[in-house]
Amino acid sequence: MIGRHLLATMRAGRRHDSASVPSLQRGQGTWLLASAAAAVAPHGAWLPPWVAALGLALLAWRGILLWRGSRPPPALLLLALALAGAVGVRAEFGHFFGKDPGLAVLVLLLGLKLLETRAARDIRAGVLLCLFLQLALFLEDQSLPTAALALAGTLLALAALVALADPGGDGREHLRTAATLLAQGIPFMLVLFVLFPRVQGPLWGLPADAFSARSGLSDTMSPGSISELGLSSEIAMRAAFEGAPPPPAERYWRGPVLTRFDGREWHAVPAAEADAPYYTPTGPRLDYLLTIEPHNRRWLPALEHPGPTQPALRHTSDLRTLALRPLQARSRFALSAYPATPVGVDETAAVLAAATRLPARSNPRSVRLAQELAAGARDHGEVLARVIAHLRSLRLIYTLRPPLLGAHPADEFLFDTRRGFCEHFASTFAVLMRAAGVPTRIVTGYQGGEMNPVDRHLVIRQSDAHAWAEVWLQGRGWVRVDPTALAAPQRIESGIAWALTDNAELPLMLRADMAWLRSLRHRWEAASNAWNQHVLGYTPERQRELLARLGLGSGALAARVAALATAALVLFGGLYAWSVRRPPQRDPVQRLWLSFCARMAAAGAAREPWQGPLDYAAHLARCHPAHTQALREICQTYARLHYGPHPPDEDVRALKKQIARLKIK
Amino acid sequence: MIQRATLLPGVLRRVADRWLFRIGPPEPAPIRLGQRRIYVLPTRAGLAFAIALLVMLLASINYNLSLGYALVFTLAGSAAASMLHAFRNLYGLTLRLGRCEPVFAGDSATFVLLIDNPRARRRAALRLGAHGQWAEFTLGEAQETAVGLACPAPRRGRLALGRTVLETRWPLGLIRAWSVFVPDMHCLVLPAPEADPPPLPGYGTGAPAAGLQQREGDDDFAGLRAHRDGDSPRHVAWKVLARGGPMLTKEYAGSGGRDLLLDWAAMPPGLDTERRLSRLSAWILAAERAGCRYALALPGLHTPVSAGATHRERCLRGLALFGLPADDVDARA
Repeated sequence: MIGRHLLATMRAGRRHDSASVPSLQRGQGTWLLASAAAAVAPHGAWLPPWVAALGLALLAWRGILLWRGSRPPPALLLLALALAGAVGVRAEFGHFFGKDPGLAVLVLLLGLKLLETRAARDIRAGVLLCLFLQLALFLEDQSLPTAALALAGTLLALAALVALADPGGDGREHLRTAATLLAQGIPFMLVLFVLFPRVQGPLWGLPADAFSARSGLSDTMSPGSISELGLSSEIAMRAAFEGAPPPPAERYWRGPVLTRFDGREWHAVPAAEADAPYYTPTGPRLDYLLTIEPHNRRWLPALEHPGPTQPALRHTSDLRTLALRPLQARSRFALSAYPATPVGVDETAAVLAAATRLPARSNPRSVRLAQELAAGARDHGEVLARVIAHLRSLRLIYTLRPPLLGAHPADEFLFDTRRGFCEHFASTFAVLMRAAGVPTRIVTGYQGGEMNPVDRHLVIRQSDAHAWAEVWLQGRGWVRVDPTALAAPQRIESGIAWALTDNAELPLMLRADMAWLRSLRHRWEAASNAWNQHVLGYTPERQRELLARLGLGSGALAARVAALATAALVLFGGLYAWSVRRPPQRDPVQRLWLSFCARMAAAGAAREPWQGPLDYAAHLARCHPAHTQALREICQTYARLHYGPHPPDEDVRALKKQIARLKIK
Repeated sequence: MIQRATLLPGVLRRVADRWLFRIGPPEPAPIRLGQRRIYVLPTRAGLAFAIALLVMLLASINYNLSLGYALVFTLAGSAAASMLHAFRNLYGLTLRLGRCEPVFAGDSATFVLLIDNPRARRRAALRLGAHGQWAEFTLGEAQETAVGLACPAPRRGRLALGRTVLETRWPLGLIRAWSVFVPDMHCLVLPAPEADPPPLPGYGTGAPAAGLQQREGDDDFAGLRAHRDGDSPRHVAWKVLARGGPMLTKEYAGSGGRDLLLDWAAMPPGLDTERRLSRLSAWILAAERAGCRYALALPGLHTPVSAGATHRERCLRGLALFGLPADDVDARA
């Protein structure tokens, strides 16, 4: 029965850790390196290229050493590399504190740590570094693919730990053990994810660069600034309307308002803030839920014009909506809109004066044209009509790639190039109106949005970024005028893809003619939206709602902790039952025999491991002489059925009966 | 074990052994590892892992990372599950006692335990430890494996295996599962033979000791005789055997070829007990080498004249246990 006579190697070593892993074995190293690669590679999109390249090169170097079985490089060389890396990071970022330099240091550290793995502790430290890097990836991206990648990375990290604990096993076994552990960890994760008391972060000050480099609107506008966004299919917001959404031509999402013009660029000016809107909403009302992607600014491009909101939002005197803090996480707001409400009817003189100011000697040709158009007009409404009529007559061309403009952009656009994007139209229109003495300002934001038929969400992308104008008319207040509509009405009705004459300017996903691709994209984005809403958007408030719905009261901490402990115990109990279960005995003969032996053992005559059925019969006969005959018959029947050819069912039943008839207490 | 020894020094450890691990007198084999005698605690690596998870959790809270929470909770769940995997790696093992060959003091005694894995899955990364020594091994699926643990045997007498630990850190190295038991297993430690002993008494010089007649010696080949049990293998006529002949023993005629009496009482009076035993041990080996028959006389124990492996073992055993308390001597039937 002794399978392998194994006189294990004896060691007088004191420490398990340092002694048992003199160096990385190939099987262990493969998992570790795979885990490290899975943790480092996705950061390549954000890291400075040299850091990503150096990190991956260090991993590759380790891989080659591992494969050849060579010795690790000398410590001095690693130290030199570490110093060089530190100097490089310092030169790249100017400091060591913050998310980006920290990440760069972490990537280099992982590469160097793996190169100097000697003891088990080094390998574990490497695995922990991999896990930290995975966490850091979530700062940049928490989408579904990233989650899948992180799951794979976690599996690899666990496999690396298993391979470390069990150097003798083969790779497939390591992976299977790791997968079992991961699968058993996931129910715990679900319970903890739902019930663990959520706290609204941050707990301490975030590094200044924690949420930098978000694309989106800006509080200045120069020719070309919005057309840049026009190429990005990134999602800016999603809106779910309670009823039917407004028609495309009325979907104006109001962002920064730009009043000050320096001849070339438009700038926002400070405005007063209040808890309620600066107007009394009237007319039909639309209710919707807006989910906005983080852009690290306070503004909230709401549908014109928002009604009163909960105190979590602020309203400005230039009719914008602001969040209390910069939006650093994907956030959701329940909003309402009154598209027909008049706004700014009693605007202050100061604002109106600022909205007619033009720098001297800029765009002289436009100023002259505006004065000619305005001559003899009865009121501002008529000036507006004349300017619109003139612009329409010019047959301006709407394009994503307008020619570059010089010092007098309105003049050059109007008289020379006549090709432009929405900011050219809006800016030129505003210059003309101001020159004619009409208060006018630029509004930026998004226009339009595409309905996803899968989940009925209106998706607003960066490519929907838009600039339009607002004119103040006596008695009517601020009136929206979209000069782009004059040249490209389709831009307003159907979106950018239909307005451009040449589709090839647009990225693949934004083109109008790719129907199947769009449908695929709709599905994917609906899935992402569900993910965002239910997984990533699981905030402290939503947790309270859910717990209340589960009947856990108002989510008192004690109740939550009790629920958490109960669920964890149930899971643990299930795992325990799994760990002590015995595989069922398949063979009925063997099952009968084992139960018979157990019964005899209880009666004081246990079977020794070396006793075969016939030896055991003799042994039993000595213990229970009165039943010698019956015992011998049972043992002989068992031996015949067990060692003979496949027994017929009636023989098995006969054995069962024989055992049942036995009367030994 | 070493780690806990530093954690629970002296008294504390004895209390833990007695009340927590219920360590008592040696228990008879087979020892089955059930749930009540398997303990689990995190290792140092496990504590480091827990601290890392805590840091990651704080970072997730701070940056509002939903997936960060998910990652931390998954890892924590897997670590919790690994606790049961470690437990399960020991659960259901049965230990039986194997052989334990006598050794000379100063050598290392190898205790062989037969460990039966009834499950149809391999059990990895197991360690058996006693007397500060560890043996690492893996159990094949549904197999009984003999595991040898070498322990230093500094003194003659009986070396009990004593408090023995079977532990595992599989699967993640974060959790240590272990079981403590005292198997009823001893190793006979023979007195170390004196390094440079004086010549055998009555061998080569002087008159033969009283009552002992001349026997075969070692010096000159005198002929062949039929093999008897107990003849030294070095004297077997292997060439004859290899040619297909009968098993014969080569006889030598020599001045030393006579029966010897190895007598405790005849030793110089200045020697202490251990040095006497050590010298007797060396003499027994020398007599065996020389092919002499010999008798051993100890106070209270007389082994009549004979030769061969059984005789030698009986004599050495007498030396090993000489003067030791009876319960120690009779510990093994």
